Amino acid sequence: MDERHSPATAVQTRRQAAFLSDPKVRAIVYQVAALGLVGLLGYYLFTNTVANLHKQSIATGFGFLTKEASFEIGETLIDYSAADTYLKALAVGVLNTLKVAFIGIILTVILGTFLGIARLSTNWLVAKLAAVYIEVMQDIPILLQLFFWYSFFYDILPAPREAIEPMTGLFLSNRGVVFPVPEWHPAYGYAAAAFGIGCLAVSAVRRWARQRQERTGRIFPVFSVSLGLLIGLPLVTWLLAGAPHRMSVPELRGFNFQGGMSVSPEFGALLLGLVIYTAAFVAEIVRAGIQAISKGQTEAAMAIGLKPGQILNLVILPQALRVIIPPLTSQMLNLTKNSSLAVAIGFPDFVSVASTTMNQTGQAIEGISLIMVVYLCFSLLTSLFMNWYNKKMALVER
Amino acid sequence: MKLLKVCAVLGILVALSGTAYAGQTFDNVKAKGFVQVGVNGDLFGFGKPDEKGVWRGLDVDTGRAIAAAVFGDANKIKFIPLTAVQRFTALQSGEIDVLCRNATLTLGRETELGLDFAQVNYYDGQGFLVSKKLKVKNAKELDGATVCVLPGTTTELNVADYFRMNKMKMKPVVIENAAELYKAFFAGRCDVLTSDASQLAGARAVAPKPDDYMILPDIISKEPLAPAVRHGDNQWKDIVNFSVLAMIEAEDLGISSRNVDEMLKSTNPAVQRFLGVTPGNGKALGLDEKWAYRIVKHVGNYGEIFERSVGRNTPLKLERGLNALWKNGGLMYSPPFR
Repeated sequence: MDERHSPATAVQTRRQAAFLSDPKVRAIVYQVAALGLVGLLGYYLFTNTVANLHKQSIATGFGFLTKEASFEIGETLIDYSAADTYLKALAVGVLNTLKVAFIGIILTVILGTFLGIARLSTNWLVAKLAAVYIEVMQDIPILLQLFFWYSFFYDILPAPREAIEPMTGLFLSNRGVVFPVPEWHPAYGYAAAAFGIGCLAVSAVRRWARQRQERTGRIFPVFSVSLGLLIGLPLVTWLLAGAPHRMSVPELRGFNFQGGMSVSPEFGALLLGLVIYTAAFVAEIVRAGIQAISKGQTEAAMAIGLKPGQILNLVILPQALRVIIPPLTSQMLNLTKNSSLAVAIGFPDFVSVASTTMNQTGQAIEGISLIMVVYLCFSLLTSLFMNWYNKKMALVER
Repeated sequence: MKLLKVCAVLGILVALSGTAYAGQTFDNVKAKGFVQVGVNGDLFGFGKPDEKGVWRGLDVDTGRAIAAAVFGDANKIKFIPLTAVQRFTALQSGEIDVLCRNATLTLGRETELGLDFAQVNYYDGQGFLVSKKLKVKNAKELDGATVCVLPGTTTELNVADYFRMNKMKMKPVVIENAAELYKAFFAGRCDVLTSDASQLAGARAVAPKPDDYMILPDIISKEPLAPAVRHGDNQWKDIVNFSVLAMIEAEDLGISSRNVDEMLKSTNPAVQRFLGVTPGNGKALGLDEKWAYRIVKHVGNYGEIFERSVGRNTPLKLERGLNALWKNGGLMYSPPFR
């Protein structure tokens, strides 16, 4: 070939060169190539695993889910017996994990907020106590704390037949804490419905009060009215339904207490351990959030005559929450994930049930993928909710 | 450059994942120079290190017999303590070569779990351990009891079956780590500890106050405990199988670690074949002819390992019972070594 190009070919070559040297195009090409490789690797691993499992004649697939589980579970939120399927057993495990995570998160946020504020207290003793708590609890691994609390329940408390009864009907023993609860009556259902209506009413009242305040400047006593609605409505309903008040009081029958409500040592230890550990981290987050607001803002708010409660509600909190929420979300996720340590102290959470299932069926790969999917769902749902809340709380710039 | 690195890493991963199951276990073991045996680690009498750190127990000695057969040295062995939940996965994934961890032979495990069980090395049955303070006389009185049980075991299923069959209620407490489970039971967390009777004896032997506890007379299941290997590896299965059988056959032939050298001069053809004086058995298994001699010499016959692990002079004080030789009314029976 000679060196003479027609002008058209020259332009085309240059265009091609330009196309390939364009960083944007190259980035896309590389990414597609990388994605393809990862996909190929995934496909290879999958087929290789299936082939090997087949070679060893290990059963595969999720067919086991509909087989009879034939093992008992200690604590269940739904009716479950050994005659039910593995699927139901796993559902029991999911609910148990949700139970401990839900109650744990609420208690952690309350205790953590309290501790965080206490650490900033002007009272020397309160501040130091909170500081010591936070430093100590952050530094002890959660698993050790769980073992400690679990052995606290079964080593220190007596057998059920010698249970401690600090109050009538409240029993502490190595089988857990048992306490009396009202016996079920439809009136409690009505009261719960009334509480729901109360919640709706409160939100309506708040909106109306804000609009009125914006229009006329008059302040409506929202807090006391809300409290009245939330407590008064269910109370009145309960009274109208005949005020049933029969209690289910626990009593020792056979090996254990019957009646009342009980918190098992496993659940108690897990909840205590998780809350006490995670609250230390939440406390630091809360402290950081409050300290992020400069003192000048409080002084300015005081100067325009706001009351301390108003300063907290209207000036400090809206700004502090913005700093607090994202790290708080990750602590909530940590708590949920740490709840899988329940295996160590015998609380039948999802991981515990799933690993029993894996062992009884021998299908480890399916079991592990189920565990991963379930925890992924938990984490994504928590994140979604917290992101929504974060957006709602974020400062709206005007 | 970065892309190149990524490709290299991916390539290595692909290469590695391919080798996971390649090769026969026997070849791998010979190449490694030791046998990797999955054991209990916490079960007195079956698999637990003593105070000097030396592994002791019936399952441990079974592992040693395999090492003696393969390498001529009972110490070319590595013990890997496993929980009940980990044990089968460890075997399936190739982390161990053989599982000697009081595992019950069942149809499901033999088929769906992809395992091959060798000769049973202990015939057991499930029982209940209770505190004498409860004044319970038999298992039918256990309605409403809180039961401590290891998760992922046949025990866990049997006890659920038993309570269901007798229309009784139970509350299980399942802790994966056996030591933690026993601790919880002896601290009073449960009314009953249920497991194989031999394990209950082992747990009671190390209890703070062994005399406060009793094993109920009821035995609710059959638990043939056997070593297991991966399915489909026939040569390795034969070696493991005949290592256990050799200990039984030795007892049957009256050969023990004390008299094995004299027995080499025996005129009994069965003894000559067994000890490799008349060659043939070793070649058939792919081992050398002295394999059975070495098992007896370094580890002992079945009666010896039984007595020193769980027998009358140990804290477990177990009788031979089902584990006596067939001649003495037990189930221990070996096919001819020819």
